[in-house]
Amino acid sequence: MTFQDHDKTIESIVEKDYEFGFKTDVETEKFPKGLNETVIRKLSAKKNEPDYMLEFRLKAFEHWKKMEEPHWATSVYPNLDYQDVHYFAAPKSLAEKPKSLDDIDPELRRTFEKLGIPLFEQKQLAGVAVDAVFDSVSVATTYKEKLKQHGVIFCSISEAIIDYPDLVKEYLGSVVPFTDNFFACLNSAVFTDGSFVYVPKGVSCPMELSTYFRINEENTGQFERTLIICEDKATVSYLEGCTAPKFDSNQLHAAVVELVALEDAEIKYSTVQNWYPGDKKTGQGGIYNFVTKRGKCLGDRSKISWTQIETGSAITWKYPSCVLIGESSVGEFYSVALTNHFQQADTGTKMIHIGKNTKSTIISKGISAGTSNNTYRGLVQMNKSAKNARNYTQCDSMLIGDACIANTIPTILIKNKTAVCEHEASTSKVGEDQLFYLMSRGISLDDALAAIVSGFCKNVFEKLPDEFALEANQLLSVQLEHSVG
Amino acid sequence: MLEINDLYVKCADEDLDILKGFSLTLEKGKVHAIMGPNGSGKSTLSKVIAGDENYEITSGNIRFNGEDISDYDATKRSLLGLFLAFQYPVEIPGVNNAEFLRMAYNSRQKHNGLPEADPLAFQDILLKKTNELNIPEEFLDRDLNSGFSGGEKKRNEILQLAVLEPSVAILDETDSGLDIDALKQVSEAINQLKNENNSFLIITHYQRILNYIEPDVVHIMMDGKIVESGPKELAIELDQKGYDHLVKLKS
Repeated sequence: MTFQDHDKTIESIVEKDYEFGFKTDVETEKFPKGLNETVIRKLSAKKNEPDYMLEFRLKAFEHWKKMEEPHWATSVYPNLDYQDVHYFAAPKSLAEKPKSLDDIDPELRRTFEKLGIPLFEQKQLAGVAVDAVFDSVSVATTYKEKLKQHGVIFCSISEAIIDYPDLVKEYLGSVVPFTDNFFACLNSAVFTDGSFVYVPKGVSCPMELSTYFRINEENTGQFERTLIICEDKATVSYLEGCTAPKFDSNQLHAAVVELVALEDAEIKYSTVQNWYPGDKKTGQGGIYNFVTKRGKCLGDRSKISWTQIETGSAITWKYPSCVLIGESSVGEFYSVALTNHFQQADTGTKMIHIGKNTKSTIISKGISAGTSNNTYRGLVQMNKSAKNARNYTQCDSMLIGDACIANTIPTILIKNKTAVCEHEASTSKVGEDQLFYLMSRGISLDDALAAIVSGFCKNVFEKLPDEFALEANQLLSVQLEHSVG
Repeated sequence: MLEINDLYVKCADEDLDILKGFSLTLEKGKVHAIMGPNGSGKSTLSKVIAGDENYEITSGNIRFNGEDISDYDATKRSLLGLFLAFQYPVEIPGVNNAEFLRMAYNSRQKHNGLPEADPLAFQDILLKKTNELNIPEEFLDRDLNSGFSGGEKKRNEILQLAVLEPSVAILDETDSGLDIDALKQVSEAINQLKNENNSFLIITHYQRILNYIEPDVVHIMMDGKIVESGPKELAIELDQKGYDHLVKLKS
């Protein structure tokens, strides 16, 4: 077989489409496009929020007006028009939150079923409770009652604002203040829904918690807000997933996630991000995923672990971070970021060591294919107070084809002599010899590539909850299908 | 079974022919050996048969059971029953050896319309093979060839051969880099796998592997084609007199 023939064969294979690109046909209530104080007041009123929340939003909005959209990342995008976005969209059937899971609009139920997220408790993945968010509102939260028996609160952030004002007032904005950055500030002003988790002292959350975010309406921004609090000796494992329909226009997703771990508490936060990445041939459309995620290890010996599998979005701008304040607290970041076609990702983490004997681990695997651009950006900072702090960083990049770009931009700041940082980095190209070897054993080209990539990501996949490790693996193979010629 | 007809092959990005009119017919149940000096095109031959796209066939063809496979990719050739034991098996970190073997096995099962094996059933198949071949079970838990010694890699190739049960197996310098014990182990394994329905093509520099695996025919390859064929004694003669002698004889 000659090279030309081979190229033709590859071209002729119909590329697998984005699996979740359908749009659900439901009657929707939308705010008119545009952002001003009136919109924010209307949004807050719509959600029956107490005054403290409206004040929080307005303060953030005042501050945001003075801020500038950041463009320091390697990703290239035009200035966004924030007046051309709907800041609230919700199915009319959700004007009142359904009282029980049986009252959910069948159309919405079908949507989530198609996405593999059934909203009947008996059909759920064993041991996983789900909060399902559709555009600007939470549709349903499963296993709420069962969790409550253990003292665990799992509900939408909108409910928490009304039902648990003391917790929300104390912790909302305590990890990511609205002044933090442009997108976090915008989120603070206009966030619509998201999840709230509170695990009381000494409780190990008996189930995996999970939130599934679905964007459905065109030209609608999704601004979700998640807050997870783990008291002393409490533990929780939480997973988020996300998808969106195919639209030609870009959509903004600007989320804020805050985690607080008190003494001996442990939070494991996993993400499988599969937002629509834009058209494969033209790069048109896709989600702009501008997200601020940060955890505070406040208590001694507390631990926060981020695991992310990033495969979607046109642009990803995201640095899940840990502020290690408590003595001997631990921060971890395990990441697989895959870009293909026209995708751009600028992602990584920040580990800020403040307490004594704090430890952090960073394992980042970047895979670039097509004409995509994939950047790891990281900061490891050891403050004066962080005596005997330790960090281990490993950044590996894998290139598929010869038109993609991989960058690694690590920053290490050490302000005391007892701290130790280790950094290892590697870049490799998927070898033709590896592909040939696997193919010569009867394995197809696509399966061979998937096996090599999944082997490359193995020590990150191992950190995912069992139920999702397989899903993540499949997601990568779908994204990479036919990317070698 | 395998028929190579007047094959001309060049490296895809160079203009130089490496195989120049190579012809060979492998019959069912037979063992053929190809010997030749460095640079005679032996390894190129094995890769071309397996479907390496870094080489381009400029004329001639390769037939397998009568079917022209010259245009097939490596996957398809393997599924038809061809197997290449690599001279330098590639390391693939993070890919579990047993899982890889199951993937390859099931790919073949599926192609042949046979049921695929689940991990448990496959474990039984594998343990049977490792026992028969005297291969340590711990091979199965490791990553594919990753961190394997040279000898271990060669034995892992034989394990793959045993699992996939090809009808034509090409062994590309499987003996090189093996100490005498490892050579014996590998040869014994190959003798076990040999039967009246399959055929082997052993590519080697040295006669010593042929002391353990008896060939039906020995070919001498030079400058991209076979220059002489004969019974196994030809190998012994070659080993004693060297290739130079043969070159002189020919010219």
